[in-house]
Amino acid sequence: MSGWIDVVMVALILTNLVVLGSSRLNTCIRVIALQGVALGTLPLMAGPSVLPLRMIALTAGTMGLKGVVFPWLLLRAMRQAEVRREVEPYVGYIWSVVVGLVSLGVSVWLGGRLPLPGAANPTLAVPVALFMIFVGLFVIISRRTALSQILGYIILENGVYAFGMVILGEVPVLVELGVLLDAFVAVFVMGIAIYHISREFDHVDADQLDTLKG
Amino acid sequence: MSATQLIHPLLALLLAPLMLGVINRTKAFFAGRTGPPLLQLYADLFKLLRKGSVYSRTASWVFRAGPVVGLAAAIAALALTPFGGQRAVVNFPCDLIALAYLLGLMRFFTILAALDTGSAFEGMGASREAQFSALAEPALLLGLAAVARLTGCLSLGELSLSEMLARVTPSAWQHAGAALGLVAAALLVVFLAENSRIPVDDPNTHLELTMIHEVMVLDHSGPDFAYILYGAALKMWILGAVLIGVITPVRTGDAALDIGAALGGMFALAVLVGVIESIMARLRLLRVPQMLVGATVLSGLALVLLLR
Repeated sequence: MSGWIDVVMVALILTNLVVLGSSRLNTCIRVIALQGVALGTLPLMAGPSVLPLRMIALTAGTMGLKGVVFPWLLLRAMRQAEVRREVEPYVGYIWSVVVGLVSLGVSVWLGGRLPLPGAANPTLAVPVALFMIFVGLFVIISRRTALSQILGYIILENGVYAFGMVILGEVPVLVELGVLLDAFVAVFVMGIAIYHISREFDHVDADQLDTLKG
Repeated sequence: MSATQLIHPLLALLLAPLMLGVINRTKAFFAGRTGPPLLQLYADLFKLLRKGSVYSRTASWVFRAGPVVGLAAAIAALALTPFGGQRAVVNFPCDLIALAYLLGLMRFFTILAALDTGSAFEGMGASREAQFSALAEPALLLGLAAVARLTGCLSLGELSLSEMLARVTPSAWQHAGAALGLVAAALLVVFLAENSRIPVDDPNTHLELTMIHEVMVLDHSGPDFAYILYGAALKMWILGAVLIGVITPVRTGDAALDIGAALGGMFALAVLVGVIESIMARLRLLRVPQMLVGATVLSGLALVLLLR
């Protein structure tokens, strides 16, 4: 089973690198949807071989929310706010990917120094979770459009989720559902906020928000 | 040196131009054309060898040396290339660096010869070739480093390409399939970039502004051009053999079976290249470095996965 967890982990890393390197918001949103689906399969692999019903429900919920609802909301927000299709980064695409690789190295190093208590944790889980958190933060600070900031937030949340799923395995469903619900509400609210920002200012350039002084 | 070691260079010298034929036939099939005969490149080579060469009065000996040195470097690199789990004719510790830089020498002389003509277009092609190959090299070397790490050949005495590729077995794929898959993807990108195939360069284009490899050899004629074409075919075979060594882990110990499987892999690779060229457009020049950095990232990622 752990071989397949590795494959999912590599898929998570690659999707992050694609997000860092691609110039189109559309591509980013679709790739993050893919990432959500890959993430949804984690409990199936990390958990026991006979799955309780709630695990299946959790998997279906994660995949549905991250793979279908989030991208749908974001694409809709994009259409309504008439956002330009480019990502508009402060840091160029190639350098973003290089930063991603460096932060992967840092997270592998950090992951090696943070051994977790607990019996069967695959060693790749901690580095990947840290890496996703780094990438999420980097996307938030290095991109100009407000939509990219939501994408960064989703990546960050995915990282936290991956960590919890693989390390703990048996997260109480209520906690997990709470987190999912929080993320859902956050993305929903941010989608609405983007719509309002664009209606008020004719753009969603977060760089210019600092001119808003009372 | 055993007889089985000699099979590969002979096969390569004989069959390398056939790979281009297979690629062109695959492209023709996708386009619904009959396409050139499979042996077209052989006919072209014989035609060119019977012709005379024309040299520009401004070109120096570098221009004349370019094709010869290129072909010689390609044949020397071929002697270092293992095939189908067999050892290469010449193998010694760290020979993968020698292989990478023999190919580098070939490219260096092609670039020098292109610059020597003094043509503006050829200078542009040379500049692009130098830029792209500088980006492809780390992808190749990091990918091979990852394979070396996986097969446990990291000590300097064991780090030979033959030894590494002989140890890529089905069990290695089972045990580290994700990392090997990344290396294979990176090597495929390097293969396409180094041989000027489609996502990077279009071998059929005749517009100097967009050409990379083809534009550098515009001034060569006759036997010189035949050497260049044959050298390019050999280079394609060498890089293909390294890639196939990673992705076809048939190591039964029976030399005929292993070499047969690798040979099948080579022609499957040619068909794959034909399919890629049929379904993809050439990337914008600005996007090519991005793709090559992406390949380097894949190799680096594989290395990180194996090092942890």
